[in-house]
Amino acid sequence: MNINILYAALAPIVAILLGLLYIGIGRKIIARLQRRYGPPFYQQYIDTIKLLAKKTVSSHGVFFSLGPIMGLAGSMVTLLFIPFGSAAPLLSFHGDIILVMYLVVIAPLGMALGVGEGSNPNGSIGMARGLTLMLAYEVPFVLALFSVVLYTHTTSIAQIVQSQAGEWSLLKFHGFNWLTFALPISAIVADICLQGMLGEKPFDQVIAPHEIASGPMVEYGGKYLGMMVINHALHIYIETALFVDIFLGGGPVWFFIPATFSVFILSLIINGVLPRFRIGQALKFYWGVPLILAVIGIIYTMVVIK
Amino acid sequence: MSILNKFRGKSLWMLHYCTGCGAIEMPPVMTSRYDMERFGIIPMATPRQADILLITGYLAVKTLKRVIRTYEQMHSPKWVVGFGACTVNGGMYWDSYATIKKLELYLPVDLYIAGCMPRPEAIMDAFIELRKGISSGKYEGWKKYIENYDWYKKNQAKLFDVKKWSVNYE
Repeated sequence: MNINILYAALAPIVAILLGLLYIGIGRKIIARLQRRYGPPFYQQYIDTIKLLAKKTVSSHGVFFSLGPIMGLAGSMVTLLFIPFGSAAPLLSFHGDIILVMYLVVIAPLGMALGVGEGSNPNGSIGMARGLTLMLAYEVPFVLALFSVVLYTHTTSIAQIVQSQAGEWSLLKFHGFNWLTFALPISAIVADICLQGMLGEKPFDQVIAPHEIASGPMVEYGGKYLGMMVINHALHIYIETALFVDIFLGGGPVWFFIPATFSVFILSLIINGVLPRFRIGQALKFYWGVPLILAVIGIIYTMVVIK
Repeated sequence: MSILNKFRGKSLWMLHYCTGCGAIEMPPVMTSRYDMERFGIIPMATPRQADILLITGYLAVKTLKRVIRTYEQMHSPKWVVGFGACTVNGGMYWDSYATIKKLELYLPVDLYIAGCMPRPEAIMDAFIELRKGISSGKYEGWKKYIENYDWYKKNQAKLFDVKKWSVNYE
């Protein structure tokens, strides 16, 4: 019982620290892509502490304040279902992969609640874009997960990780039982959807600082913005960890952390060289090639497991 | 509180109010040539998120209203940087009827960058000086604005109707 409480308390802290580190190193890598020197890798920690140390708190109402808290709470609950590599998560049962798909939505909905009360048109546009984008990427992503469930005959994330388990050591590489090799098409679709989930270009219409002044965050500053930065760090950890658990076999800690980081960096490098889609183009994109690929992935899975 | 000041100095989010001609010197500072992000300074989209208000060049009376409103929306601790000769004493608009001459009568300016216009090197120098000053607690213009609120409002009232334009400030 006490270990469970310790786990529930420590998991968010570790995830936040990892997420902030990923963003910090990511900023450095983007800077090097643009031939700049770039900020130090711990810059994101400094920014977060500075935001939390701001003195003014300007709120537009109760739900304006509750929005970021609800988003943070939703992310923290989701975290309890995500296995840390091959280590089992705190909460695990049949069907939790479906539950996680629902829980991931809580954070944007919490934001929408707060942004609505801020009554800033930029924020409302940003939120509308966010929910449209979610509609766009969830359809192919759920179909990709569906092929995973078909292949592994389980709806529990921990059991999906177990089904890919091999002998892990520093000398021996046992990556060949990963689902990436068993279901390559679904893995590609999930990675394309990850780009939208992380909100990296070409799918950063939600934030878009040059058109809608950072979208949902437009009225938030100081401590609220600090909470949102922390939420973003958690979000990055959750999405990349989900991808690594399902398609790259989880693995021990020394593999899991570099793997999540590599998945994030892959999407960041794509982000570094591409411009932004309009929101309609993003919807058309996701409901075009990735959706068709996802259906082909399911057919492929059914042929393979026959 | 000095430890928090160290963090504040190393992470400065900037809102650049670019109506003056000095704005043309900002792109080289922000992008790859001079790269101000290596000092933790990044441009921000809204006043709510910003720490520095950078005023590049002259301010007409009309734009001063917007600047004051922007400044009052920012979350303290916050700093104002006057950029170019126009904010110091009017610069080449010294006899203009439409522009303000001394910015420090209306807003608590922490740091001036002299020149018409200042080179990017001067801007980087000012940012490093601002960073050092914030870390040591030297620049506290936002406190000055709260303490001398009546004096600033009196000066602003000479130019336009303050009551129509000011925002409630705690």
